[in-house]
Amino acid sequence: MKGNRWILPAFALAFILAGRNAVSQADTASSQKRADGNTRRIAVASKPFGESYLLAEIFAQLLESRGFRVERRPGLGATEIAFEALRNGSIDVYPEYTGTGLLAILHDSLPDSVAADPRAVFSHVARRFADAYDVHWLPPLGFQNTYAIAVTRETARKYELRTLTDLARESAHLTAGFTPDFIGRSDGLVGLSRVYGLHPRAVRPLAPAIKYQALVSGAVDVIDGYSTDGLLARYNLMTLTDDRHFFPPYEAAALTSPRLSRDFPGAVGTLTLLSNRLDEPTMRHLNQRIEVGREDVARVARDELSDLGLLGASTVAPQAGGSSSSGLWDYLVDRRSSILSLAARHLLLVAIALIAAVLVAVPLGLGLERARGAAEPIIGGLGVLQTIPSIALLAFMIPLLGVGVIPALVALWLYALYPIARATYSGVRNADPEAVAAGEALGMTAAQRLLWVRLPLAAPIIMAGIRTAAVITVGAATLAAFIGAGGLGEPIVAGLALADTRMILSGALPAALLALAVDGVLALVERLVTPAHRRRFFRRQKATGEARPA
Amino acid sequence: MPSSLAARNVTHRFGEIVALDGVSIEVAPGTVTALVGESGSGKTTLLRCFNRLIDPVGGEVLVGDRDVRGQDPIQLRRNIGYVQQHGGLLPHWRVLRNVALVPILHERPDARVAAREALEMVGLPVAQFGARFPHELSGGQRQRVALARSIAATPGVILLDEPFGALDAISRAELQEVFGELCRRLSVTTLLVTHDLAEAGRLADQVVVMKKGRVEQRGPLRDLVRSPATQYVAHLIERARAGLEALLA
Repeated sequence: MKGNRWILPAFALAFILAGRNAVSQADTASSQKRADGNTRRIAVASKPFGESYLLAEIFAQLLESRGFRVERRPGLGATEIAFEALRNGSIDVYPEYTGTGLLAILHDSLPDSVAADPRAVFSHVARRFADAYDVHWLPPLGFQNTYAIAVTRETARKYELRTLTDLARESAHLTAGFTPDFIGRSDGLVGLSRVYGLHPRAVRPLAPAIKYQALVSGAVDVIDGYSTDGLLARYNLMTLTDDRHFFPPYEAAALTSPRLSRDFPGAVGTLTLLSNRLDEPTMRHLNQRIEVGREDVARVARDELSDLGLLGASTVAPQAGGSSSSGLWDYLVDRRSSILSLAARHLLLVAIALIAAVLVAVPLGLGLERARGAAEPIIGGLGVLQTIPSIALLAFMIPLLGVGVIPALVALWLYALYPIARATYSGVRNADPEAVAAGEALGMTAAQRLLWVRLPLAAPIIMAGIRTAAVITVGAATLAAFIGAGGLGEPIVAGLALADTRMILSGALPAALLALAVDGVLALVERLVTPAHRRRFFRRQKATGEARPA
Repeated sequence: MPSSLAARNVTHRFGEIVALDGVSIEVAPGTVTALVGESGSGKTTLLRCFNRLIDPVGGEVLVGDRDVRGQDPIQLRRNIGYVQQHGGLLPHWRVLRNVALVPILHERPDARVAAREALEMVGLPVAQFGARFPHELSGGQRQRVALARSIAATPGVILLDEPFGALDAISRAELQEVFGELCRRLSVTTLLVTHDLAEAGRLADQVVVMKKGRVEQRGPLRDLVRSPATQYVAHLIERARAGLEALLA
């Protein structure tokens, strides 16, 4: 399965642990018989936070234990990206919450009388999803994971906080640290302000990975969490009661694509085995093993399936991987083969996007030299493209191109165009005007002036633009993980979601090294394309400390 | 073959500014004519009409009795030598290749041989200078290379736009000598732009004094000195004379 790894999305580090192999091998035999005669794999995805990774892995292992071939796409962007991917069939299943479906996808609300009733919300959401999108909710897994507005015990005592009404009363004294997602959502801060009159002194956007530390260290006074977060228990935090029932029920369930029940009817039945089997204390415990204990997601998932009696006899003995005590170096060494394959994939994404950008942007820059009136609008337009946040650009791609490698390549390609086109245009436009004028006066054609004079003189500037684009692309490619294109972004996204610094570094350090290496290699290319007179000049200067006298 | 040059009632404007206002000149084949005047007099504009770097809005420009407007500008330019003030050598080409440029454009198989001869003619031995890059030469040597480049394809006409203007006095005198020698040996029709009346008198058979887009007077320098047609010409001569006397005093 390693040979064509580059075509498939590389798995997040979290999933690449010894043991997983054994499970899939044990199931190979049965997969020959089952799998509904379908060669396609079932694409199991998650959103980028710990519990979503865990549930997706539970889905994946359960399906594999029943002989289905599974492709994992962990950590897809955010709700919009994951849902859009599901809707257009790029993925088949991911864990979702009814409240999110109601508010963030349907943009709907229910009468107060039923809004607090989980069953009513579930049936409403399930019906609307089936009608509007042909997307289906499998029966709930058995727990809710609603927003939990949390403060430290100390803050709760000081301001006498038990409910969100209490919090609103004191909110002018408090600094909030909320996830950006929560700040903007109508079922987040916007709604809380409306319903409770919550107006904190300041609101700081915080990444999920750091918000608990920010709260415990006193940098902020109140955060948004999820009720099943393991860290709530670890830090002994106080969750404030939603006394006006603002948050709808957030029941977890598998959300399935239109194609899943058609292509894999058996898979729907298999996933339904999980309905009502996971309760809140169980989830909090499992999340704690991942977030606090730094245990491997795949192992936690396997243990739980085994406890539920859903794995049958194929359970293997747990292995000693992923212990939380080993240092960063040991961690990197342990995972070197997967880091290498992620880095190779990363490099491939960068190389393809960059080469395609060079093939378009260099001719474009040369052409614009002949049509200067159009140059600034066109290059300016490419510049505007740069200002679109990567995540937004990736999200725009999904309706057109789905998820995976293609939309990631297109996004990276778009980002690389600007520096290359700009450098090419400036380089050829500013090439030694005396030389260009002489060429014209002595009878060079426009093409000869371009190819014999402007282009060679501009080559070092064009290469500098390509180097800039390459370094930007190496960085931007880490975001490709959000739409399932793999690469070194996978451990970064997973590590951020799991608040696991070593995992983040296992992607970030190689990415930084890769950027340096790519820049270095292109610096050599830049030397090669530098016109001979400048190379000589520089060599002489270096050797003798001065230019050769005339 | 040297060609005659003629401008007849040539007019040109850059936007609102009148650069040439009914200019007429004649240059006999194989002779040297200098266009003299200060900046803005229109002398460079007139020069650039002959190889169609500028197409004037009115009048006729003839090279070898043919109106240039009927000719393909690329072919026309390849048959006319051109030297600009700062040489305009291609910095990434070695000297020999720079000089071979026009023969290369003509796709002549003996381009390098032609370049070699032209270089020798301006006093730069190929063995010593052919493999250098322009930045490895002095300013005077660079202008010699530019001069060699303009004659390498043995054109019938050369246009020179302040070719010695950026040089120090010694290089300038040397180059003027090289140029005078070339003109004698090659028999090529030459149009030279300069702001220096003395230089014009030394090198040219005919001097054309221009001011504000018009011709003030034309003729051999001797005639201009003997009977200046306008106050401006008299003033120019007076100034050149004063400069010379100040030098001798």
